[in-house]
Amino acid sequence: MKPASFDYHAPRQLKEAAELLASLPNAKILAGGQSLVPMMNFRYVIVDHLVDLGHVDDLRGLAVIDGRLRIGAMMRQRDLELSPEIARHCPLLAEALRHVGHRQTRNRGTIGGSLAHADPAAELPAICAAYDAVVHLASIRGIRAVPFREFSSGFMATTLAPDEMIAAIELPIWRPGHGHGFHEFARRQGDFALAGAAALLDVGTGNVVRRTALALFGVAEQPVRVDVAEAALTGKVIDSAAIQTAAAAAWLIEPISDIHAGGEYRRHLAQVLSARALVEAARRAGVDV
Amino acid sequence: MAKQATRITVNGKPHARVVEARLTLADFLRHELGLTGTHLGCEHGVCGACTVLVDGRSARSCLMFAVQAGGCEVTTVEGLTPEHGLSVLQQAFMDNHGLQCGFCTPGMLITLTELLRDNPDPTEQDVREALTGNLCRCTGYAGVVKAALDAAQRLRNGSGA
Repeated sequence: MKPASFDYHAPRQLKEAAELLASLPNAKILAGGQSLVPMMNFRYVIVDHLVDLGHVDDLRGLAVIDGRLRIGAMMRQRDLELSPEIARHCPLLAEALRHVGHRQTRNRGTIGGSLAHADPAAELPAICAAYDAVVHLASIRGIRAVPFREFSSGFMATTLAPDEMIAAIELPIWRPGHGHGFHEFARRQGDFALAGAAALLDVGTGNVVRRTALALFGVAEQPVRVDVAEAALTGKVIDSAAIQTAAAAAWLIEPISDIHAGGEYRRHLAQVLSARALVEAARRAGVDV
Repeated sequence: MAKQATRITVNGKPHARVVEARLTLADFLRHELGLTGTHLGCEHGVCGACTVLVDGRSARSCLMFAVQAGGCEVTTVEGLTPEHGLSVLQQAFMDNHGLQCGFCTPGMLITLTELLRDNPDPTEQDVREALTGNLCRCTGYAGVVKAALDAAQRLRNGSGA
């Protein structure tokens, strides 16, 4: 229950961090440490070098640029949870953050760390899926911008190269007045969810859906968008029946089974939680459903 | 570089040490400083017994390396206790049967100290949510929740213990 020995590096600049990561053998990034350190304590992860990003100022910060919210990868989850900018521009993210772990882990855990860890039951990757976020990856070769659907590549897997780190995440801001809904089912508050759904909904005149996004987490090997549900709602008048029909499309997921829940149960939860998230989003968009 | 020099202020007192990079903050507090009030239950961030305040924010000290806390102000359960007697929250734990074996209590006290500082008038739901990160396997949570709400009221009334 004690980690194996390693050399510790605490760069102050992003460039320095990238150089360390590129040159050191068997090196890993330490962000908030709330997933990595348990794995190191168990010795599931043994590294020769740990590069702590905690002192790299370039990786912090929160700004609205050209209709997008740009979040530094090392922003702590608790700071994001309390941020008025996030509550105003990306309320779905604000709501999801309250479900991430516990306050003690959110005080240390970062958004970049959560995305790199890529737990299928984690909330933040699902929110990035819902928003079609763009992930900025830094290395000695510079920065490349990757759409989230290309970043997430499977069960606890991403397309991060061994010498790359997440620098920032950009979320496109939806039109003011859009609705959002977030529901997850966990045995206890703060546990990883057995299943969860996140919805965004932009409704125009006559309750016609202009645009919607529905993302599920905890149910498959990585967060999934329910394209069929989105297509069923877009351009149509939204009402209770339309939501139930759309949410039923969550049945199409290929669920995972584990000791916590069987696949059929997860499929059931996916449908129920999708409906709840869409209803909540519709109500917040001003539709009486 | 497996060994690092670090300076950490704990309960108002600065400490300078050369430590192994892999030493957790929890083990630093217990073994380097002899502050054994911080308890280690699971050592993988589940039980919350090792919760301390780092720059005023609750954190699991088993999930931080001591070198990460360099330059930080750390408060442990020892730092919550006034020179004489008990803090309002500690007294409320005593009065409301908020502890039995006491193993989880240091973490509970730290978590609730942060909660009551940020939210002086919490609902029972607020208290229960705050405590989801702290496991107790003997007292149960009823007494702890009662103690937290009692302490909140005493602090609002400004009436010490």
